[in-house]
Order: sequence, then C-alpha cells, then structure tokens
Amino acid sequence: MTAAADIARPRGLGAISALTGAVVPVLTVVLAIVAIWYAASVMMNRAWTLDQIQRQGLEMTQAEILTAAMTQERPVLPAPHQVFAEIWNTTVGEPVMRERRGQMQGNPRNLIFHAYHTLWPTILGFGIGSFLGILLAIGIVHSRAMDMSVMPWAIASQTIPILAIAPIIVVVVSNLPALNSAVSAGWISEDTKLLVPKALISSYLSFFPVVVGMVAGLRSPQATDLDLMRTYSASRSQTLWKLRLPASVPFLFTSLKVSIAAALVGTIVAELPTGARFGLGARLLTGSYYGQTIQIWSALFMAAICAAALVILLGVIEKITLRRMGARS
Amino acid sequence: MAEPARFIHTGAAPQRPVIAAKNLDLVFQTADGAVQALSNVSLTIDKGEFVSFIGPSGCGKTTFLRVIAALEQPTGGSITVNGMTPEEARLSRAYGYVFQAAGLYPWRTIEKNIALPLEIMGFDRAEQDKRVKNVLQLVDLEGFGKKFPWQLSGGMQQRASIARALAFDADILLMDEPFGALDEIVRDHLNEQLLKLWARTEKTIGFVTHSIPEAVYLSTKIVVMSPRPGRITDVIESDLPRERPLDIRDTPEFLAIAHRVREGLRAGHAYDD
Repeated sequence: MTAAADIARPRGLGAISALTGAVVPVLTVVLAIVAIWYAASVMMNRAWTLDQIQRQGLEMTQAEILTAAMTQERPVLPAPHQVFAEIWNTTVGEPVMRERRGQMQGNPRNLIFHAYHTLWPTILGFGIGSFLGILLAIGIVHSRAMDMSVMPWAIASQTIPILAIAPIIVVVVSNLPALNSAVSAGWISEDTKLLVPKALISSYLSFFPVVVGMVAGLRSPQATDLDLMRTYSASRSQTLWKLRLPASVPFLFTSLKVSIAAALVGTIVAELPTGARFGLGARLLTGSYYGQTIQIWSALFMAAICAAALVILLGVIEKITLRRMGARS
Repeated sequence: MAEPARFIHTGAAPQRPVIAAKNLDLVFQTADGAVQALSNVSLTIDKGEFVSFIGPSGCGKTTFLRVIAALEQPTGGSITVNGMTPEEARLSRAYGYVFQAAGLYPWRTIEKNIALPLEIMGFDRAEQDKRVKNVLQLVDLEGFGKKFPWQLSGGMQQRASIARALAFDADILLMDEPFGALDEIVRDHLNEQLLKLWARTEKTIGFVTHSIPEAVYLSTKIVVMSPRPGRITDVIESDLPRERPLDIRDTPEFLAIAHRVREGLRAGHAYDD
C-alpha cells in the first residue's frame, strides 16, 4: 500500500516534502543543543570573568559580562561560535601544505592535515580489523573448537584498556626489524612507518563488532535453507559462499558501521600516549597541554565529522549493495 | 558393489521399486526423552507413482520424506532409493526436494535461484541457462526469471521452488506440504498444474499433505499415517483415472476414496487431541 502511494506521488514533490519533513525536526534539535550549549558556556565561564572584574576593579553591565563570558581566550567551555570560528580558521584559513626548508610539507596548523593523519590509519586499521573479524567469524561458525576458544579471547581483548597497551604496541611495532629495514631500504617513508602501529591499535578495536555481527549473520540462515543445500550434497565451502555469506551481508554492514567508529576512536587513542605529532589525537593532546580548550573542542568536532562521514559512506555502500541483492527499496 | 545391481536392472526382470522401505524405525532423542517418530514403516513406491502421505501432526509423514532424502537417519530397518542407500541416491541426484516454505534465497533472482542447484552440481553456464529456461516454462513462469522472490505472489514463489527442484532432472520429486501455506483457490490451481507437470515429466512424486481432498485428487496411492508412534495405518490405491479435471472431486468414486482416508485417520485415533 505504501509502495503504491510512493509511486502515485510525483517524485520531485515527494523528495521535497521528505526533505522538509526531515529538516524541520533536525533543525529544531540542533537549535536546542546550541541554545543549551550557550547557556552552559556562559554559566561555566562567568566566574572567571567576574573574578577578573573584581581584580581589576572594573564596572561592567550584565550584557558586557555576558559577552565577556562568551569570548574568553581559554574558556572552561568554549561557546559554539568560538569553536566554529576555530574550525573555519584552521581549515579554510590555513593552507593544507606549506613550504618548509625548501620542501612542500603538510601544515600542522591545518586541521584537515591532522584529520588526514588520523583517517588513513583508521581506514587501514578498519580494513585489517574487518577482514580479520570476518575470517574469525567464519572459523567460529565452522569449527566448534574455535567457537569455544576464540570467542572468550575476543571478548577478553575488548576489556583491556586500549590506553594501557597502545604504548606497548607502538614500542614493539616501531622496533620491528622488518619495518625498520623497509624504511632504510626506502620502501616506506618514516611517516608511513608511524602509521602502522596506529592502524594496528585501530584494528584491535574494530575487529570485535565484526566478529560478533558476522557470527550472527553466518548463522542466520534457517534450517530449511541449510537442508536445501544438503539435498544438493553441497560442500561446506559451497554452503558458505552461496548461502551463509550472502545471508550475512545485512549483518556485516551493521557491524561495519560500529566497527569504523571504533576504528577512529582507536586511532585517536593510539595517538595520545605515543607522542604522535600529527593527527586529531595529537591535536587534542597539545590542546590540553596548553589549556587551549577551543582547539580541543574543534579537534573533537573534526573527529565527529570524520566519523559521521565514514558511517554515511558505509551507509551509501550498504544501500547500493543491498539493492543489488534484491532488497526492497 | 553397485555394478551387479545395474545389470539386473537393465534386464527384462520386473521393475524394481523406486523407494523400498522395510520395517523402518526412527527414534529422536530429545530433552524430554525418546520420541518414536517412525515405527515399523514398510512401503514400496514404484516408478511414476504419485504417493501422498496424510496424517495429523507428529505422525511421521515429514520424517519419512526426510529419511528418503537422507536428511534424517533411521535407527532401524532398511530403505533403498533407486536401489541405493538414501545418501548414495542423493549424491546421484535422485531427487528434488520442495519444502513447505518456498525457501527461495531473497538475494537471488528467480532464475538465479533455479540455477542454484545447477551451480553447485557444476553445470556449465550455457547448460544452466538452457535448463532454467526449460523449467521456467514447465511451471508457467516465463518472463519472471529476472524478478526477485518478493516481487512474486506466494503461489508463484512455490512454483519457482518446484522449478528449482526439477532443474537437475531428478527422477523423484519429494514435496513436503508445498501448498500448505497457500489459500484454497491458489492451491486448487497449483494442484491442477502439478498433475499436468507429473503427466508430462513422468516423475515419481512423494507428497506430504494435511488435506484429504488434495491427497485424493493428486495421488495414485494414499498413505494414511497416525502418531505416537508414527506409523502407517492404511495404504489406499486410487482407481481414479490419471486424467483428472478439478470437478472429479464431486464424483462418487472420489468421495468414496476420501471417505476411506477419513476412516483411516479416525482409526488411527488421529482426532483424539
């Protein structure tokens, strides 16, 4: 019935009404958040402004106090416009590349440059983690021994604070002879070498949702679906390729979305305790060293934008894939 | 081991039954204890017969079909399919199985669903295409090959599932309540089509059903079963002509057979609970 209604409605008109239907509530929520944010910002920053007034013996009106509370250089909680001004200045207002010692290099004052340094290890780690997760899930579904032994370890691995093992991974991986000889042989640059431990830590966080989702997905075919395969005397690998894997695709995408967000968190966390100079994590860290709350918040927003972009990208791939697999649109 | 058997078969000797079960027992071990699903079931099915299994839930009719298909292992007695063990018969593609739910894979188009057994059995692409086209025609689904299952009605889906079972030329068609989930009108139509298909392909069909009219209308032999333990209480050879229009169901001959089936079910205490 709804399908018929969709067809009956002119396409352009439907799109517009769907857009306005989505825009109004979303805008309302965003406005509410901004309002609460401003209120909180003023409340938290007011004490410092009042303190300054008292020390300097100034007289200020309430309106002036309000403005002052929203324009501090190092506020407890930056106001929205401060954060967005900072994001604007460090993306559009700064060149991504700059010349240094006669070479074009990435500009560490540009936030996109830092996002780039976080995104690549994230995508690499996500790739490694998801691939590993899929392999583990296939093993778990096909072998009782793996089912009993791997799953507890996978769960245990996620209870270890990543902050604790990140430095260990960095030290071990940075000193791998193979990696060092690859650098000295000129196969990979020093920068690329730094990317490897970050990617590994990110994959450590991202494999788990894929394992859990894929085990459920590979086990999702019903008894009669499996019986059908048996009546054809299908081998286990035929059953895997022609039944279990296609049936698990919706589960895969759901877990990939969780996984890629976890991968991003993994990379950022990996940058914190390891003295990384570049990346959103490094940006967060320098911001907190120097009390640059505005810089911290803008780095956080950039991280959120990256995560949203990655999840949306996966969502688009999911939609295209499932449509090709006959899903009702 | 199979060689001498083949020689006997090619001779002028009387035709060997397609399915021969003798004193078949099957006990399921469940959490609540042992359940006797089949008890002392003996039955022979000859080539080209249409055999219906009818009885209430738990009478073992589906279990018996699954034993033929080597989806269950009997715990006693013996059974041969085309003179082989059920496993061997399955490996030699002796049967196609149609489940109660059409069980089409939703990510495959209708023709890809029908090609599924062909892919698994290693037919080449040209042969696959040819066979898919053939069976689509056989079940009256030409032009629907590129559709996905959800785009088809329940009856059409079940026809596609029959086409899938026919695609690799098995001699035996095992059908487990294939029309059980469909409404009466669609079911009548499909019954008629199934009879035509049977006449054209000369398959041996094992058909599980809950419906007395369906069993009588379709079958040359009706096996009445009863539960606890699952057993055969009556085997009725139908003397209706092979050519059966739908209104044959109003004839006295038809009603007489239906009556005997009903008596058989009642004798098995099928209506006790």
